[in-house]
Amino acid sequence: MTRSDRRLGRLEGAALRGVIVREVVNYSSFWRSSTFSSTVDPTIYLLAFGFGFGSLVSHVAGHSYIQFVGTGIVATTVLFSGAFSAMYSTFVKYKFQHTYDAILAAPVDTEELVTGEALWVAVRTGVYGCVPMLVAVAFGLKPSFGMLLVPGIAGLAGFGWACFGIFIAAVVEKIESFSYWQSGLLTPMFLVAGTFFPLSRLPTWAQVLGNFNPLFHCVQLVRHVVFGTESVADLGHLAFLLGFALIAWRLAIRFMERKLIL
Amino acid sequence: MERASSNGGEPRYAIRLRGVVKRFGPVTAVDGLDLDVPLGACVGLLGPNGAGKSTTMKALTAQVIADEGELEVLGYRFPQDSKQARAQMGVVPQLDNLDVALTVEQNLLVFAHLYRVPGREHRGAIERALRIANLSDRRDSKVDQLSGGMRRRLLIARGLLHRPRVLLLDEPTVGLDPQVRQELWALIDRLRSEGVSILMSTHYIEEAERLCDTVTIMSHGKAVAVGPPHSLIHQHAGPEAVEVYGPPARLAEVESLAAERGWRTRRTGTSVAVLHSDGTDALDGERRLTNLEDVFVLLTGEEIE
Repeated sequence: MTRSDRRLGRLEGAALRGVIVREVVNYSSFWRSSTFSSTVDPTIYLLAFGFGFGSLVSHVAGHSYIQFVGTGIVATTVLFSGAFSAMYSTFVKYKFQHTYDAILAAPVDTEELVTGEALWVAVRTGVYGCVPMLVAVAFGLKPSFGMLLVPGIAGLAGFGWACFGIFIAAVVEKIESFSYWQSGLLTPMFLVAGTFFPLSRLPTWAQVLGNFNPLFHCVQLVRHVVFGTESVADLGHLAFLLGFALIAWRLAIRFMERKLIL
Repeated sequence: MERASSNGGEPRYAIRLRGVVKRFGPVTAVDGLDLDVPLGACVGLLGPNGAGKSTTMKALTAQVIADEGELEVLGYRFPQDSKQARAQMGVVPQLDNLDVALTVEQNLLVFAHLYRVPGREHRGAIERALRIANLSDRRDSKVDQLSGGMRRRLLIARGLLHRPRVLLLDEPTVGLDPQVRQELWALIDRLRSEGVSILMSTHYIEEAERLCDTVTIMSHGKAVAVGPPHSLIHQHAGPEAVEVYGPPARLAEVESLAAERGWRTRRTGTSVAVLHSDGTDALDGERRLTNLEDVFVLLTGEEIE
C-alpha cells in the first residue's frame, strides 16, 4: 500500500512509457504503410521539383537546386508524418476506436496521453525526416557532419507539429473539417516554408508571414547545419521552434482535456 | 494530502458517492446521486437508458467531473486523487476499445504497461489474464478475428491484469448470446468471491438479481431504490403477482379495478400483472413469483426492451 499511497504526480515516467509502448506496439502492425507514405511522399516532391525545377533553375542562394530542395524537403516530412499523422490518428482513436476511454481509465492523465503520443510522433518524424535528405545525397547533395543534427531538428519540429495536429483533432467535430485546416493553413505553410523556393523572392507580406511559419525556421536550421553556415541567427530559429512546440503542446493538452474530460 | 479515510485505516467503502450532480447544458444527467459499494460487495446499477448510469460510470474514472457532490474510490477523493484510485481499479467498458490490429497477447502487454505492472511480473500477469479469459490458445490471434464473446472476455481480462481491488463493469454482457453471458456471470461471481469489489451497470435484470448483493435503481439521475434484490422485490412488488391475459378491453378493466383497490399493476403488451396482490384471489390469471423486473418497471415507469 505504501507505494500507491504516494500522491501520483504529473507527467510521470510510468504513464508516458505506457502510452508510448501502446504506440510502438501498434506501430509494429502498420509500420510498412506508415514508413511508405512518410518517406515516399517527400521523396516524390524532392525528385519532381529537383528534376522539374532543377532544369530551369540551376542555383538558388548559392547552392545547386538539388541541394536547396534536398535540405528544405525536411519540412515536408515534418508536416506529413508529424501534423497529418497526429491529426488523423488522434481523431480515429478518439472517435472510432474509443482508445482514449481505455487509456484514461488507467492511471494516465490527458497531459501524459498527449505528451506520450506527441513524443512518439516526434521520434518517427526525426527518423523519417532524414530519408529524403539521404535520397538527395544519392543525387548530389554533399554529406556533412551537420546532417547528424537533422534528426534532432526534425524531431523537435515534429513534436510541435504533432501537438498542433492533436490540437486540430481536438477542436474539430467531424473528420471532414480537417479540410479547412489543411487547405486553409497547412498547405499555404507548406508552400511558404522556403522548401522549394526562397522566401526572399516572395512579396514582403508573404515574407513577413513566412517568418511566423515554424516550417520555415525548421528549413533554415536544417540548411544551415547541413551546409555548415550556421550563425547566431540560428539560435533565433531554434528558439522559434522551441516556442512553437511549447505553445502547441499546451494547446493540445488544453483542448484534448476539454474533449475527453466532460 | 487530505483523504476522507486514509489508508492508515482501511476505507470501508470501495466506492462512495454523496449528492453527485452532473449537468450537460440544460440536461441534468446525474441529479444528487448517493451510491455505496462496500468493500468486497457486488453492487448493480440498474436503470433505463438515459437514467445516468453511463455518466456515473464515467465519473468513476474521472472522465466526467461532477458539478456537485462528493465522490470517493477506496478513500481517494475525486477528481484530485483519482489517479491513485485508477491504479487500483479495473474498468470494463461497454464499448469495445481493444486495439483491433494487435493480437490478444499484445493487447494485454500494452495494458500491463499502462497499469504499471512491474516488468518482471508482466509474463505472469498476462498468463493469468489469458487463463481468466480462457484465451490461452488464442493468444496470437488478432482481435478482429475473435468472436464477440471472446472480445468481451479479453476486455475483462485486460481490466484484471493489475489485480484491481475495484472493478467497474459497464453493461458487461450486452449483446452477447445466453451461453456466453452465463460464462461471464460465472467469472464475475468468482471475482466477487475473491474479494474484488464490483460496481456493475446493467439493464439485464436477471444479471443483477443473480450477481449483486445490492442494487441501486436509477431513474432520471437519482437513486429511486436501494437494497438487496429480494428485499426490494418484497418491499415494492410483494411476494406474488397475478398475470392476467386477455383482449385490450379486458386488460383495461383489470387496470381500473386495480386502481380502485390500490393495487399496483404493470402492463406488458399482452398482459397486465397485478402486484402486491393480497385479495386478488378473485382475479382470473396466472400466479407467479414477483421479480426484480417488476420492481424496476414500477419504480422507473419503463419497460425493459
